[in-house]
Amino acid sequence: MTALFWIAAVVAVLSTLVVVTRTNLVHALLWLVVSLFAVAVVFYTLGAPFVAALEVIVYAGAIMMLFLFAVMLLNVRADSPVKVPGWAWVGPGILVALLLAELVYGLTRTSPSLAGAEVGPGAVSAALYGPYVLGVELASMLLLAALIGARHVAARARDELEAHEAFARGAAAFTPDDATLEHEPAEPAPAPDEEWPPAQTPPASPDGAWEGDA
Amino acid sequence: MASVSLDHALILAAILFAIGFAGLLARRNLIVVLACIEIMLNAAGLAFVAAGARWGRADGQVMFLFVLAMAAAEVAVGLAIAIRFRQSLHSLDVDDADEMKG
Repeated sequence: MTALFWIAAVVAVLSTLVVVTRTNLVHALLWLVVSLFAVAVVFYTLGAPFVAALEVIVYAGAIMMLFLFAVMLLNVRADSPVKVPGWAWVGPGILVALLLAELVYGLTRTSPSLAGAEVGPGAVSAALYGPYVLGVELASMLLLAALIGARHVAARARDELEAHEAFARGAAAFTPDDATLEHEPAEPAPAPDEEWPPAQTPPASPDGAWEGDA
Repeated sequence: MASVSLDHALILAAILFAIGFAGLLARRNLIVVLACIEIMLNAAGLAFVAAGARWGRADGQVMFLFVLAMAAAEVAVGLAIAIRFRQSLHSLDVDDADEMKG
């Protein structure tokens, strides 16, 4: 079991290093799944099989799936491979190395061995719905608030995206042909990407295409 | 399994936390920043579980469940903000959001 712990620890550290250095977003997230699996094995070796299962189900399953859905929804292929310059790692590297040295120094002062007893799902559930039941209620409130907040923010984004597309259609329909170029239009059609959020009143198209599209 | 000592598990948690922290400081992609926060929360949960296993109590695992719920809530709101960010600024670079009125 000790060998299992060390193998999983090395896998977790290496895959997490790959996560923070990889520029391809989807590859980084898949490496993060590997890291979470390794941490789940660490949980198992620490005598916490229930939490190990939850790590796989909730973290590697639900949360990483949410990340991948967001990446695919955002279609980040165009601007994803942003190269991270090497000097960007110098300052954070020094700071984090100092922090890690302090942590390791503080943690190696005493070395108690783990109890070794497996704490199964029964004991966890008894504690969860015993003295910690108020925390469960608060966590449910937090998740509900996050659900409503995420829906609110994303729904506003969708509404504005639809307004943006309708605005772009109206602007495209407004391109004057040769006959109307003799007299300048009073107000030139703005480029779709020029202003965000777009103005509330779309430009009136000469042939009334806006009303049809809207 | 008793030969895995507490400080080994806590040092592993510290290393994972440090890696996530370095990535949080160095990377500018909003999705990667959120993933680094997930790494740091996961490392904190590992420290909870290790400390709970030290005394053979279930409290550490209960705390990990709360960390898990908080991470799920955080990532849901964070990714919704990322979608808004992308649509209003047309990028995912957190340095582009340097104005209060985006």
